[in-house]
Amino acid sequence: MQETDNEHVFEKGEMISLLWLIPALPLAGFLVLALFGGRFTRQQVAWVGCGSVGTAAFTTALVGREFFQGFPDRESYHQTLWNWIDTSGLTVGVSWYLDALSLLMVAVITGIGFLIHLYSAEYMAGDEGYARFFAYMNLFVAAMLTLVLADNLLLLYLGWEGVGLCSYLLIGFWYREPEYGTAAEKAFIVTRIGDTAFAIGLFILFTQLKSLSIQQVQSLATEEWPVGSNLATIVAVLFLIGAVGKSAQLPLQVWLPDAMAGPTPVSALIHAATMVTAGVYLIARMHHLFALAPLVQEVIAVIGLATLLLAATSALVQQDIKRVLAYSTMSQIGYMFLALGVGAWSAALFHFLTHSCFKALLFLAAGSVIKSLHHEQNIFRMGGLRRHLPWTFWTFLIGAAAMSGIPLITSGFYSKDWILWSVWSSPLSHRWIWYGALLGAMLTGLYSFRLIFRVFFGEVRTQPTGEPGLAMRVPLVVLAFLALTVGFLEMPHTLGNVTLFSQYLSHALPTMELLPGMDESSEAREQLAVTVSALLGIGLAAILFLPGSNFSGRGADLSTGRPLVTLLQSGWGFDRLYDRVCVRPWFLLTRNPGELLDRGYEWLTVGAESCHRWMSHTQTGHVRWYATTIVVGTLVLLGLFAM
Amino acid sequence: MILWLLILIPILAAPLAWMGQQWSRNAPRWIAIGTLSVDCLLTLLLLSQDHSVQTSGHGSWLVESHSSWIPRWGISLHLGLDGLSVILILLTAFIGLIAIVASWTEIQSRVGFFHCNVLLAMGGVIGVFLAIDLFLFFFFWELMLIPMYLLIAIWGHAHRRSASFKFFLFTQAGSLLLLVAIIALALLHQHATGRPSFDYADLMELTVTHGMAWWLMLAFLIGFVVKLGAPPFHSWLPDTYTEAPTGASIIFAGILAKTGAYGLLRFTIPLFPGVMSEFAPIVMGLGAVGILYGAVLACCQTDIKRLVAYSSISHMGFFLLGAFAGTELALQGAVMQLVAHGLSIGALFMLAGALQERFQTRDMRQMGGLWGMTPRLATMALFFACASLGLPGLANFIGEFLVLFGSYSAQPVLTILASLGMVMAAIYSLGMMQRTFFGQQRETRIASDLSNAAFGTLLLIAVLQIWLGLYPKTVLITTKPVMNMLVQPVVASPNLIHQPSESVSFSTIFTSQVSAP
Repeated sequence: MQETDNEHVFEKGEMISLLWLIPALPLAGFLVLALFGGRFTRQQVAWVGCGSVGTAAFTTALVGREFFQGFPDRESYHQTLWNWIDTSGLTVGVSWYLDALSLLMVAVITGIGFLIHLYSAEYMAGDEGYARFFAYMNLFVAAMLTLVLADNLLLLYLGWEGVGLCSYLLIGFWYREPEYGTAAEKAFIVTRIGDTAFAIGLFILFTQLKSLSIQQVQSLATEEWPVGSNLATIVAVLFLIGAVGKSAQLPLQVWLPDAMAGPTPVSALIHAATMVTAGVYLIARMHHLFALAPLVQEVIAVIGLATLLLAATSALVQQDIKRVLAYSTMSQIGYMFLALGVGAWSAALFHFLTHSCFKALLFLAAGSVIKSLHHEQNIFRMGGLRRHLPWTFWTFLIGAAAMSGIPLITSGFYSKDWILWSVWSSPLSHRWIWYGALLGAMLTGLYSFRLIFRVFFGEVRTQPTGEPGLAMRVPLVVLAFLALTVGFLEMPHTLGNVTLFSQYLSHALPTMELLPGMDESSEAREQLAVTVSALLGIGLAAILFLPGSNFSGRGADLSTGRPLVTLLQSGWGFDRLYDRVCVRPWFLLTRNPGELLDRGYEWLTVGAESCHRWMSHTQTGHVRWYATTIVVGTLVLLGLFAM
Repeated sequence: MILWLLILIPILAAPLAWMGQQWSRNAPRWIAIGTLSVDCLLTLLLLSQDHSVQTSGHGSWLVESHSSWIPRWGISLHLGLDGLSVILILLTAFIGLIAIVASWTEIQSRVGFFHCNVLLAMGGVIGVFLAIDLFLFFFFWELMLIPMYLLIAIWGHAHRRSASFKFFLFTQAGSLLLLVAIIALALLHQHATGRPSFDYADLMELTVTHGMAWWLMLAFLIGFVVKLGAPPFHSWLPDTYTEAPTGASIIFAGILAKTGAYGLLRFTIPLFPGVMSEFAPIVMGLGAVGILYGAVLACCQTDIKRLVAYSSISHMGFFLLGAFAGTELALQGAVMQLVAHGLSIGALFMLAGALQERFQTRDMRQMGGLWGMTPRLATMALFFACASLGLPGLANFIGEFLVLFGSYSAQPVLTILASLGMVMAAIYSLGMMQRTFFGQQRETRIASDLSNAAFGTLLLIAVLQIWLGLYPKTVLITTKPVMNMLVQPVVASPNLIHQPSESVSFSTIFTSQVSAP
């Protein structure tokens, strides 16, 4: 009976109602591993850990297929599990909302997340905290899925904080190292500053509009608040601070480079599939609200540009392979912010998609390098790995090529080109922003290929142990394939004119208007500039860093000594600034465990005691003294009465 | 009758627990557990049986028991139960159970007397939550104080003498103010109607001049806020919480602070609605200051119990902020915060006690890297550190966020200040984890992990935290009518159910009238 029921459901094509399973599966994986992980063998742990995310990815595919079939009649799907809070005017449910935007996010999170889990099964094989690791990773994915599927802002906030917690746990995964613990705390506290601003934004939004449903809030805001109104601007700014914290943009970017303390797959997960893209998602999700605050949108673009240049210049001089990649993420997220700022919502999300593929690839390939070199991360002690680690080399090369945007064959080219074209042609943009972004494209090529030439070319400095096994190699190959091909989902007018991606997202996000006079010829000219600048960067990298070239010795100098280099290495000195302005005063304030108010009460007791001591002086035991005081006292009293 | 049972069962079982010491070492513990379990079950029965919980409100009690005591002075044995008290009694009995489990291995001397005191204090607290005659209320208020004093003075840690003095002086000073105000109210009633009365319903109808109401309100406010531990009346709290034995710390933070909160909700706000609305911003300010002050000082501490104690001050600040915001949402959040804080702080003190028992120190500078040695302890500590920093999905988050959502419309600036407490909560909670469980292992002694009983208890609290964090309706629906009445504009509540009986015979003293609204 039950089976036929199920079949019936299947035939009617209601797979979409399985939506709740997508976040529930990794959560179940977490619970199983947290409660029983200690008793499992390593293999069982890996099966549960990867299996939960894998089935979530599979469910996403089923749900997604059906969701596609529903276009264009059904653009969103809503599912409520239960009423979370329902009291005194505040009603929020544990409810999911699926539309083109959240489906894209879910697909990336579960898909890339699964590959990273698979990779970790081998990468972490020798670690004592194997079950703990997979439990945290599962929870991370579950929290991120909650974030992107939430139908209301409070549930989104739950995912938002959950992601923060998991990043804390995973960055500090090797808990015996105190510095790792500090890095983990830093990540949580810095992002929590953003979260608090986000929360205050929620309070204002709820007080004004009496709702927290994402869709309802935005339609109400559009109705009630005129464009540029104070309330819209304030709320948008507060949300932006939240987004900036999670996405590691200026001025809350300082946590990300230190977050490299965690195991490498964690970095891949944080940078590619979860966490740092949360801010991008939030802004894209709330685009109606941000559209009401054009000033804030401009700020987003400027923040994006500033971060992308700052991070790209810092990436240029780092010595730690993972730190280079960390700064590159900041820089690439900067491009996404830039696109969001100029109103090119779809372009931002397209870059998110390609970035997740090539950044996961880069981190996993870097992990393979690090593992084969016995946890050596300094690129100056690497070299010549091309021949010893061919799989790693080719996949890393594809990742770096995609990041630098090598034209035509890599996905990064199509997404970055789309962003730059949008910046060029958007009515919300300025020309100088475009020039900045163009410079960034050049720098991207430079730092990406600096890494390639340092690590894989030249002489061998540390002897590698050999190529990774199958569980690590499969994700690398799949991601390399994706890093090359996902770009073909959207190709510009001048090249093929494929618009699959923008058509798909147009169900959820508005398309950008172009400035008048933007035609194909100007697009072609603009694209040429982008291509040239990326290739210029790579060429420069070859001249400066390719061993054997004339300048390669001087290129090495780039990473040592000089004040400017030191400044860049420290990420433009933000850490030191915050240390002076915030951290030290805070430690000064919290140095003394005693407290002021208590001192006040102590004076009371001291006062009472001294009164007591003073009075006790009168008790001498001499009869003469007593007699005298009695007489004096009587006389004084009589005198008083007489008066 | 059932209401008196709730109070009398622990009080009558107290001497039994004392005597139980002669039979076996664990007999007093089992007697105490049995007693509190019965109370727990009775309260659950009350909750489940009477579906009209949802319709009860202020002044209309779900269950009421009334018989006169000293009619000449208008004093009666009047108990009443509504949605607020039922939740708090359930919390009391549950926290009491946790306290007993937590002191299972810690208390080894005078076991019988310890549990006797715990049960007496429980009886007093439940009495406080039920009494709606102010004289009776004050009687229970003082009844719970003395056993608590003994618990610190006898079983406390190194500085127990000064801590117990400080506790006694502060709370007695607060009680004195309360007593004066209560008597003044009774006399004012005599002045107005010709007969004195301590009865809640009578006093609710009393109209007092503005100036008089101001002073009385202040006395009622300070008397209760002292128990809650809001600055500047909190000075006793860190010392007391720190020096008390684990079980007593749990009772102090989990239950005793709640009696102050209850007093504010039950008496201060409804009795003086007029002046209260004028004074509310100041109290909310006190709440916001408490949140930040407690959080900053929590960050300063090296003693783990002191850290938890200051975090308690910070969390109770959210209660004050919400309770006086004047919106139903904030009030609901405030009550939720009471329950959530009771659970999380109880667990945290239990964990701190477990650490102290194992390493004979509370100094976090001497700990570190304990995760490897005591993974169960560490996991639980991590969970409750998350609860304490207000992680969504756990009960504390619901409390704090409802308070903040509800308060923003009343006091935006204070609410924003209070929100900063969230960042500081992250700093001290994670700092605690880092210094005790992460980092390099300093302690070389081998210590055992949590026992199954302790682990099970903590797991149960964790499940309750998650349950209330994801389905807070369980609490909110019960307290909603009461909170709804609190924000209603001042109406002299005609107490239709209340029918004073004048006879003093023994038969009527213990009869209860179950109201059927």
